[in-house]
Amino acid sequence: MTPSQTPQPSLQIDRYERGWMIAAIVLLATFALAVTVAGAAMGIQLPAPELRVNPQTVASEGPFAQPGVRELAPGRYEAYIMSQTWLFIPREIKIPKGSEITLYVTSKDVQHGFKLEGTNINMMVIPGQVSRLTFRAEKPGTYNFICHEYCGLGHAAMFGTLIVTE
Amino acid sequence: MTAITSTTAVPAAPVARPATYALSATEKRLVGLNVLVAVLALFIGSLFGPLQALEHARVDLYPLLQPLLKSYYQGLTLHGVLNALVWTTFFITGFFTLTIPFALRRPLAAPKLNWAGFIVQTLGLLTAAVPILLNQASVLYTFYPPLQAHFTFYVGLTLVVVGSWIQGYGFYITFYRWRKDNPGVRSPLMALGSVITMVLWQIATLGVAVEILTQLLPWSLGLLKGVDPQLNRTYFWFTGHPLVYFWLLPAYVSWYTMLPKQVDGKLFSDALARFAFWLFLFLSVPLGFHHQYVDPGVPPMWKYIHAILTYAVAFPSMLTAFTVIASLEVGGRARGGKGLFGWIPALPWRTPSVNHQLLAGILFFLGGIGGIVNASYNVNLVVHNTAWVPGHFHLTVASAVTLSFMGIAYWMVPHITGRTLWAPKLAVIQGWVWFVGMLIFATAQHRVGLLGAPRRTPLGQAPYVPASWQPWTFLTAIGGVILFVGVILFVVIILVTVLRKPAHPSQVPAIPEAEALQDPQLTPAWLDRWAPWLVATVALILIAYGPQLIYQIANMSNTSPGFNNIW
Repeated sequence: MTPSQTPQPSLQIDRYERGWMIAAIVLLATFALAVTVAGAAMGIQLPAPELRVNPQTVASEGPFAQPGVRELAPGRYEAYIMSQTWLFIPREIKIPKGSEITLYVTSKDVQHGFKLEGTNINMMVIPGQVSRLTFRAEKPGTYNFICHEYCGLGHAAMFGTLIVTE
Repeated sequence: MTAITSTTAVPAAPVARPATYALSATEKRLVGLNVLVAVLALFIGSLFGPLQALEHARVDLYPLLQPLLKSYYQGLTLHGVLNALVWTTFFITGFFTLTIPFALRRPLAAPKLNWAGFIVQTLGLLTAAVPILLNQASVLYTFYPPLQAHFTFYVGLTLVVVGSWIQGYGFYITFYRWRKDNPGVRSPLMALGSVITMVLWQIATLGVAVEILTQLLPWSLGLLKGVDPQLNRTYFWFTGHPLVYFWLLPAYVSWYTMLPKQVDGKLFSDALARFAFWLFLFLSVPLGFHHQYVDPGVPPMWKYIHAILTYAVAFPSMLTAFTVIASLEVGGRARGGKGLFGWIPALPWRTPSVNHQLLAGILFFLGGIGGIVNASYNVNLVVHNTAWVPGHFHLTVASAVTLSFMGIAYWMVPHITGRTLWAPKLAVIQGWVWFVGMLIFATAQHRVGLLGAPRRTPLGQAPYVPASWQPWTFLTAIGGVILFVGVILFVVIILVTVLRKPAHPSQVPAIPEAEALQDPQLTPAWLDRWAPWLVATVALILIAYGPQLIYQIANMSNTSPGFNNIW
């Protein structure tokens, strides 16, 4: 190594800009902490790999051959929902207030989406995959679940209803 | 605010930099043709914007357009492909054909390569246009399988991307030759930022390249019976998120290296501007899973890692906010602005190019906040695939980027054609029309999205729309129509400018080039070196994407046949 003829300049940062950079890092770290706490401590989780299926046979064999709601125990339900162009089967799910329900959703054709109106129950529905989310239905009422991924000409008509009874 | 002062001696550049460089006729022609295709794409794509917006307010004009246009979704495909993909890509390759030779003060090293790239890109566009116009590819710009377009759609998209790569190779060679001839000299930021953007694009587009070449193209040709839709989403979003930085960084090139000059200011910090560009290269690819937070086939741990990296990539944008605003302040004070905020009205708001880029920055501030919400892991559950999302990206790609590109066009088109801008006052108004239209449109889309309205959906025909959504769908339509007026004004101003008589050379706008407050030779060498940043970029992609990519590829199950007759 030969010494360079001029000293190498070092990074110089204006003091206001340095302050801003620190503030930006603190702010972003706070956001990261918030979603971590919401995920780890409050249990607001995202869909995880559940089960892989063959979209060409899923409607004729396995749990999606008879989609619908089943009561597992008092106050505990599961629902298998088949998405297809352009409807959800079943179209209506009825559960009593306060019960916990696990949704399993898949598609036998193209991609669909599933969002329960007014909640954070939100999943992509992808052929070959099963999407699962569990939640507790606290408030009585009628809630639409709406397909939120473009799935062809009838996409805008694709929705179903969750009824939470008293 | 204090300027940076330094006692370090400035290392002398061995070769004196020429004071300016006049683009050759062939370079001007290349810039012009790229921008011409871009503006045509913007114009045609924007014709469908108001149709969609009006449909949401239950004014459905699509039936009137039969048999030209079959459906809302065909229009939406045209709107997304032409505006988000074609307008941006062609404008960017055109803009860089100007910035790179100009900043390096030397001609393109291999202009034939750039021509070849432009021709391939344009042939690709024409190839993809045929199936879209024939309603054989109404798959939207995300083309998620198993919706299956005609194979020519995939061929066309591939050629557009490959053409842009080839134009990129022309830029790399030019930059490399300059680097060889100028050892020890800091590369001009304008050229460095441009080339970093093209390298980012090169790396990012490998995702869709693999998707199309190994899955969608053979499948659409009947060589593959089925594809794996989940794997294809992962491939797509490998490209899909850095794509937004490919759109945004050219605007940053202008904000950092041109806009300060246009407002009589100076670039506040050359070193931190470079740092921001390198961080974008380093961080913008391994974030794609933040578009897949609610995908069933991706483990939450990887989604979480990408969430954290997404927060990290917000840092260089926040850095940019400071540096650009400080550079503007230098200009506003030089123009006589006093007091804490007095420099803001002192800025040349009546210069169309400046006005547009300032308004772009304001809208981008709002878009950035929404982007943080989208990035926020479990908070995203509330907004994923709702109208909030198009609300968000109309503030980013359709405002920060598009308004900036319009502002750039207002000096660049006159410069390369030897004209003066027609109706500069109208051009200023055009920017405000866009700004107001976008505030209304984006507010409405964000709000109706929070209420649960799905995106990409003709809400006018949806049976489930409650009364509470209707004020917002109505405002969506109002905003959309105002934006349409804005885009038509832009196209008319550019068209009339080009058709004017050539102006006296002294009247033709020069290329704005900002100086930095501190000599760039004082910027540390590590901010001007490619190898460490490229190695780090590839390493981070391998760490943050590698294991999931390998897992998903190893467990590929090509069980989804194509659906091509359902739109």
